[in-house]
Amino acid sequence: MNNFPSNLKYTKDHEWALIEGNIVTVGVTDHAQGSLGDIVYAELPKVGRELKHGDTFGVVESIKAVSDLYSPVTGRVTEINNALVNEPGMVNKDPYGKAWMMKVELTDPSSLGHLMDSAAYTKYVASLH
Amino acid sequence: MLKRTALYEEHKKLGGRLIDFGGWELPVQYQGVMDEHLGCRNAVGLFDVSHMGEIHVEGAASEAFLNYLISNNVAKLAVKQALYSEMCNHTGGIVDDLLVYRRSTDRFLVVVNASNTDKDFAHIQKIEKEFKQKNPGATDLRITNESSKYTQIAVQGRHAEKIVQTMTKTNLSAIKYYWFDEGTVLNGIPAVIARTGYTGEDGFELYVPWDRGPEVWRACLEAGKPYGITPVGLGARDTLRLEMKFPLYGHELSDETNPFAAGVGWVVKLDKGDFVGRAPIVAAKEKGLPKQLVGLKLLERGVPRQGYEVYSADGKKNLGQITSGTQSPSLKAAIGLAYVDKDHAKIGTKLTVDIRGTKTAAEVIPTPFYKRPY
Repeated sequence: MNNFPSNLKYTKDHEWALIEGNIVTVGVTDHAQGSLGDIVYAELPKVGRELKHGDTFGVVESIKAVSDLYSPVTGRVTEINNALVNEPGMVNKDPYGKAWMMKVELTDPSSLGHLMDSAAYTKYVASLH
Repeated sequence: MLKRTALYEEHKKLGGRLIDFGGWELPVQYQGVMDEHLGCRNAVGLFDVSHMGEIHVEGAASEAFLNYLISNNVAKLAVKQALYSEMCNHTGGIVDDLLVYRRSTDRFLVVVNASNTDKDFAHIQKIEKEFKQKNPGATDLRITNESSKYTQIAVQGRHAEKIVQTMTKTNLSAIKYYWFDEGTVLNGIPAVIARTGYTGEDGFELYVPWDRGPEVWRACLEAGKPYGITPVGLGARDTLRLEMKFPLYGHELSDETNPFAAGVGWVVKLDKGDFVGRAPIVAAKEKGLPKQLVGLKLLERGVPRQGYEVYSADGKKNLGQITSGTQSPSLKAAIGLAYVDKDHAKIGTKLTVDIRGTKTAAEVIPTPFYKRPY
């Protein structure tokens, strides 16, 4: 069963965003990790990179496929999770915890308007089946 | 409408994630590619390969015909023996790779790739006409596409023999690698029981009547339980074959591939007489093949994928392309196959692979990548 915590916001591309003031922590959802399967590689952006909502910020790869990651918000990358690069399988084990991918400092708070809450995302995921 | 194998309901019951694979609705995975791959390597895996095409070639002229059709030498094949071969076109490229099982002096079972079955059958019929023109006496030849009549189940892994032996009176220990027997499984279900496979493990491929597939599948799961049998989807089937450098049509093999460049020259028997593609294959080989299929391992992070460009170590000279790549579950390293310029094909040669714009260091390493420990 999918797990979509209510304290997070979500994108249609299956990223989650934890909003704490003007800092947004980003990762991929439980649904994403389940569909992708065993993650064997993660590529994250450089600290300092300016991202617009919808920009590709990195890549995760399962054994079979390559998937782009899309920034849920507009902002500047302030921190990335280097531990994840060393242990990409964490995406499958702990998608909302140890597998956070980057922290972004919002430069355009209106970009938060694109995000769904847990209930809307749950409905959206159900509609995909 | 996608085609389904007789085991479709079994896959659903097991939670298989079904995808469109060359027009067939088949599971890409059940529990996960990694677990299934390692399950097959370390214990035993169960595969539905019913999508493969089965073609019967029968009659007094069948041996001579097959020897004209394919690159390997069928005349050397004993009854109950199997061989791997390429089937080439008139320009020396590869139409498909296949297995030939000799069921009697003049009865053969030819097994081809699922997505190529119709193309292969059309090619075989075309060559049949040609063959009959050249050999007016060769009238006793019957070629039929029997693909829809077979369920094919593979049991692959170190425990395969023990599991299949519980289901048949045929003495499996007497069947050597690339040999087979015909007998029954369970309650008299007729079966071709072959010690063949596409994983690099010991194991069997069972050909049973289409509609008896589900009971044989379930019996394999039941008998395999004490050995930790894992149903394996197409995802791990691909990573298992890649670790063995078994070529796959659409990746390493194409209508333009010379078998010697693909590393399958060992199934091209130039001394057996004429066969389709022989002259151009020889001509290209004598001229010198510009590229060679090599196995490589990345020395930095990343995963090589089909179509990625391969360059020299300094990143300046384009050498070719990746044909297959993955993160190898057994080696825990990123591996790939690539056609590269011949002067960069030696073991130990340093290369780079362009991974989304980053030239990533790699090295040509010996293949197969994996060798079974028993």
